Amino acid sequence: MRIRMALAGNPNSGKTTLFNALTGSNQFVGNWPGVTVEKKTGKIKSSIKKGKDVEAELTDLPGIYSLSPYTLEEVVARNFILDEKPDVIINIIDGSNLERNLYLTTQLTELGLPVVVAVNMMDVVRKNGDTLDTAKLSEELGCRCIEISALKGDGIEDVVEAAIEEGSAGNPAVPKHEFSGSVEHTIAHIEEAVLHDFPEASQRFYAVKLFEKDEDIRKKLNVDEATWNHISGDIAACEKEMDDDAESIITNERYIFVAGVAGACLTKKGKGQLTTTDKIDRVVTNRWLALPIFAVIMFLVYYISVTTIGTIVTDWTNDVLFGDIIPPAVDGWLTDIGCVEWLHSLIVDGIIAGVGAVLGFVPQMLVLFLMLAFLESCGYMARVAFIMDRIFRRFGLSGKSFIPMLIGSGCGVPGVMASRTIESERDRRMTVMTTTFVPCGAKLPIIALIAGALFHGAWWVAPSCYFVGVAAIVISGIILKKTKMFSGDPAPFVMELPAYHLPTLGNVLRSMWERGWSFIKKAGTIILLSTIFIWFVSNYGFVDGHFGRVEDLSDGLLASIGSAIAWIFIPLGFGTWKAAVAAITGLVAKENVVGTFGILYGFAEVAEDGQEIWTNVAADFATSGAYAFLVFNLLCAPCFAAIGAIKREMNSAKWTWFAIGYQTIFAYCISLIVYQLWELFAFGNFGVGTVVAFILLAVFIYLLFRKPKYDNSRLTIAPEV
Amino acid sequence: MKTLRDAQVGSTVTVKKLHGEGAVKRRIMDMGITKGIDVYIRKVAPLGDPVEVTVRGYELSVRKADAEMIELQ
Repeated sequence: MRIRMALAGNPNSGKTTLFNALTGSNQFVGNWPGVTVEKKTGKIKSSIKKGKDVEAELTDLPGIYSLSPYTLEEVVARNFILDEKPDVIINIIDGSNLERNLYLTTQLTELGLPVVVAVNMMDVVRKNGDTLDTAKLSEELGCRCIEISALKGDGIEDVVEAAIEEGSAGNPAVPKHEFSGSVEHTIAHIEEAVLHDFPEASQRFYAVKLFEKDEDIRKKLNVDEATWNHISGDIAACEKEMDDDAESIITNERYIFVAGVAGACLTKKGKGQLTTTDKIDRVVTNRWLALPIFAVIMFLVYYISVTTIGTIVTDWTNDVLFGDIIPPAVDGWLTDIGCVEWLHSLIVDGIIAGVGAVLGFVPQMLVLFLMLAFLESCGYMARVAFIMDRIFRRFGLSGKSFIPMLIGSGCGVPGVMASRTIESERDRRMTVMTTTFVPCGAKLPIIALIAGALFHGAWWVAPSCYFVGVAAIVISGIILKKTKMFSGDPAPFVMELPAYHLPTLGNVLRSMWERGWSFIKKAGTIILLSTIFIWFVSNYGFVDGHFGRVEDLSDGLLASIGSAIAWIFIPLGFGTWKAAVAAITGLVAKENVVGTFGILYGFAEVAEDGQEIWTNVAADFATSGAYAFLVFNLLCAPCFAAIGAIKREMNSAKWTWFAIGYQTIFAYCISLIVYQLWELFAFGNFGVGTVVAFILLAVFIYLLFRKPKYDNSRLTIAPEV
Repeated sequence: MKTLRDAQVGSTVTVKKLHGEGAVKRRIMDMGITKGIDVYIRKVAPLGDPVEVTVRGYELSVRKADAEMIELQ
């Protein structure tokens, strides 16, 4: 016998902890079809089934507050329940925050499926000196309620046992709440007119949704125009009587019921004393202390993950593991077995060098993810959004966007992946698109090269790059948020500030590993293919009329590609094939730009800042063109590893291409403006390019200051789902 | 019309009516801010927005622009 269970509950109710406790390591993480919301399924551990011989599969639904049609998570959860009809729903609720959690329960019990309520955080309830009468709660809600502590693992066997029993018996929950007379009257009408063919238990859910004028449900049920008009008349009459709109009537009535249940079942010891969370928040979100504390925490995260531990492990993987250990070993082995030369080169110079460069980031990412997972699960991340929201929302970003951007100044790959903590899909996409504008560690050698070769190491070059990066984020944010792509699906910023609590090590480690692993998988696919491609075009080409391997990079296909596309960069002041080739190899890793110049100028190896080739670069570039080259490389498509991370977070080929395309075109335009205006003001050169630069500048100013066509600061239209 | 936006920090206010429609209104109500409920204004964020309130025993952060839709008694 096989039982399919679904786990539903509010965010911050301990849902993930319970899911981990119930399924252990038996988890499969994926995405819900078509959306970036994570989907997890797992098999219930046999050790907690109390010897019952059933196979039980648990699906973790997204954390939701309601079953409204307005947020992606709610739609995903509700479609799963309606279409897949799990055998039983386990609804986890936070016993220390009863009213709001029960609000969802009143909606789940209407679905016509068996429901088992797991009342979590009972230890907190008891610690506060409060008592909860679970027997009475079961009676009031019309389904079984069981006390648990997901963190300590108390009571979870009982939940599984109850869920198996209810699921195999197929007893739907019997909702006990009633709405006021005229609402019930209208609902009865709707049931009669539309739903008489439906199983009795699920009639109520659909009837209430139709009462709320839920378009999705109306479509799902294929309610014809005549019937709909008939019901609409009833609903309008009810709305008039209650002096409110239908949705609000239902929400109101649910909360009135829920407040009554909470009052009857929960005995509070005393009111008004400060909880631990209140005490922490007195300091942490204090008017004067909040920002300094935030700065200190961010400094620690950055210092540990990027500067110290992160760099040590990354340097070790890059220089030792993928430098001194693996390549010589593989090299020796391939020589020993007499491997053909091209395959040898492909494996060592192409695959190991390329994928190694990417995997080198993994340890650093794990360190970062560990800290982010801790900040998230202890409750501080919500405070970050609270503190920073004011600044970032002006640019169409979330208060939480600060973290990806800060991390991005070390490395764009973990930076992009840190955007996972942002709930709103729109804010997350915007953050993913703009994070790599911040100069990352690998771009510093390019800055050093240009600053040293053409500006005599002038102090202002490096800071100006950070300024360009931040300006690019702000400009892009303002421009993009006015476009149609970013106008739909807005969410009001109504966010819970959950109680602080200490997460378990296991949960934090698991979250760290899930994120790290999803990146490693990307490294094995898209990044691998890309590096093989670059290896191929660098090492193969036409020499003396026939195609084959080339000794010299300047004979390879890449050099031909570089020559063929160099003209594109003439308006930017660096239309040489060497610069074009360097920009392309920068896609494998940005620090390659310097190394490529070294090879092209005939040096086997150059220092990190390319000191050896400063005179060659100075001869080939003018100051204006060199700075434009720098700006282009800072802003254009990031390295393959970061593109892989973008693909992972966007979970859509369309959005990935849009992001990369936008970055590259944006880089081109800005770079062109910089070069042409520099030429005009420094050397008085005026030409067609100058006119184009002014036109582009005018376009940017227009895009920045135009009135948004799609006003999304205040949502008044119902977004499509 | 007095709204949540104008309420003093440290005061407890009672919600009279919710304005607006669609997703924003539904979301605010789903979070428990409904007619007749008491809301305690806990603090304003360091940069002046959003506002932290206590409602139904938990903490909620609301932007001032959204708080404007919540009419008080």
